[in-house]
Amino acid sequence: MFALVDCNNFYASCEKLFRPDLRDTPVIVLSNNDGCVVARSKEAKALGIKMGVPVHHIQSEIRQHGIQVFSSNYTLYGDMSRHVMVTLEALAPRVDVYSIDEAFLDITGVNRVVALGGFGQQVKSTVVRNTGLPVCVGIASTRTLAKLANYAAKKYRATDGVVDLSKTDRQRRLMALVPVDEVWGVGRKISVKLQAVGITTALDLADADPATLRKRFSVVLERTMSELNGVACLPWEDVPQPKKQIMCSRSFGTVVKTLSGLFEAVANFAVRAAEKLRAGEQCAGAVMVFVRTNPFRSELPQYSNSASVKLITPTQDSRVIVHQVLSLLKPMFRDGYDYAKAGVMLGDLVSQVHYQEDLFSIEPSGKNERSDRLMSVMDEINRHSGVKVHSARQAGPAAHKMRRKHLSPAYTTDWRHLPTVR
Amino acid sequence: MSCILLGDSRSFLCLKIPLFLERVSAGFPSPAEDYVEKTLDLNELCVQHPAATFFVRVQGESMIDAGIFPDDVLVVDRSLHAQHGDIIIASLESEMTVKELHLTPPPVCLLPRNPAYQSILIEEGMVLEVFGVVTNVVRSLKRGRAR
Repeated sequence: MFALVDCNNFYASCEKLFRPDLRDTPVIVLSNNDGCVVARSKEAKALGIKMGVPVHHIQSEIRQHGIQVFSSNYTLYGDMSRHVMVTLEALAPRVDVYSIDEAFLDITGVNRVVALGGFGQQVKSTVVRNTGLPVCVGIASTRTLAKLANYAAKKYRATDGVVDLSKTDRQRRLMALVPVDEVWGVGRKISVKLQAVGITTALDLADADPATLRKRFSVVLERTMSELNGVACLPWEDVPQPKKQIMCSRSFGTVVKTLSGLFEAVANFAVRAAEKLRAGEQCAGAVMVFVRTNPFRSELPQYSNSASVKLITPTQDSRVIVHQVLSLLKPMFRDGYDYAKAGVMLGDLVSQVHYQEDLFSIEPSGKNERSDRLMSVMDEINRHSGVKVHSARQAGPAAHKMRRKHLSPAYTTDWRHLPTVR
Repeated sequence: MSCILLGDSRSFLCLKIPLFLERVSAGFPSPAEDYVEKTLDLNELCVQHPAATFFVRVQGESMIDAGIFPDDVLVVDRSLHAQHGDIIIASLESEMTVKELHLTPPPVCLLPRNPAYQSILIEEGMVLEVFGVVTNVVRSLKRGRAR
């Protein structure tokens, strides 16, 4: 038996937590570089503010309704997520964190002690008590059904935020109401194809013929179908994971025109990505770089390109990654364009301890050790002191800063930013 | 007043403070390292429920008789049920405030601990939310220290 716990309007709820003055105020949170709306409080949703809309399209609504605008504050959201997950870990024997604001609990056997619905309410009230963040809970025998139960808990107010979908008749009643593209693992593309063959609701999918699904679509979709019928068949490794790569990209504050300018920016992203890699104790087996001009300035010449390389030996060394990134960038660069955005993606991530050594590597293995030591010293200095160490290729810290005009304080992670009480 | 020395911090990067079982002489690669039995962590002293603990900073003097002064850091535990007489953080209408909670006799009151301040009566229609219960006060006594 699984419970899916999902925070309501997570980013917006985090922003409201330390601002009692915003209790009933519509709040929106913007994407990196203050581009689009990525989270809305329930008041903002009620005003009809859509997900993903560029903030400059809704300036009049913002003024008219006094909507509070925040830049995304991942320091705060990450720490609040930790509070939520640690709380959940005290409530269930196994917790699988699925994304920053949702987790699956393994609650096998709980129904022998308490009713599942009651347990869900207890989870919900414990999380809100400990963290101040509201959540919804969906309970069912498979992860796919638990997702569906959570969808219902969010959508229908009468559920009081908890839906126990362990009974077959309730499953079928709900599935008849849910459009097929809301089913976990059914993407937009697949749902269009499904609709073409008359599968429009979740129930249609549950009742479809397994052999036909496998032939026309995929084994994965056949498994989704079984899961909708209460047969748990998603081993954890096959659960669609939200994050298999590390991405570091953003729009530039000012346009970049030169190769050296682009070099500096991209090297910065490479170093940031490598830091994240080491923090997760992983090595990257592939490196991807992309650059592009601003597509919204259609009067200017447009250019975009990307390139990637597979590494013979997975690495977590910033210098190796920076070097790879720069050799990818050089042939990509074209003169005469206003570059507006670039990014680095690290892929084929493997755990630091498990990866296969390269049989033909020329480097003696001692070199790896030196690199590890150098990197950990660099990370240590950058974490703990005011001074930052960086490779000569990177620009100084001030360059290529994100636009974050509406950033809230790091209330929970910085002594200087603590909320104040009178 | 008496005080007991518990141990010494060897590095500012280190959160854990080792408690030595034997005397340590300076200038040596420490032979005592094998004798570190346990490290002391201030979190252990101040934080019972890490997942539910937050810190806030005090402004103003409404609680000085309770030993809470401007610039102090308060440890706030959200998992505790606020009871009569607890010092709590409340979000009241538009700001967060630290006060003593009085439940009996009704009506509910938020009491300052400084005679120069007025107590706050929670009347019908007022929105009071308990943010959490204050469990510890952390105060720096070093003068002129940047915080």
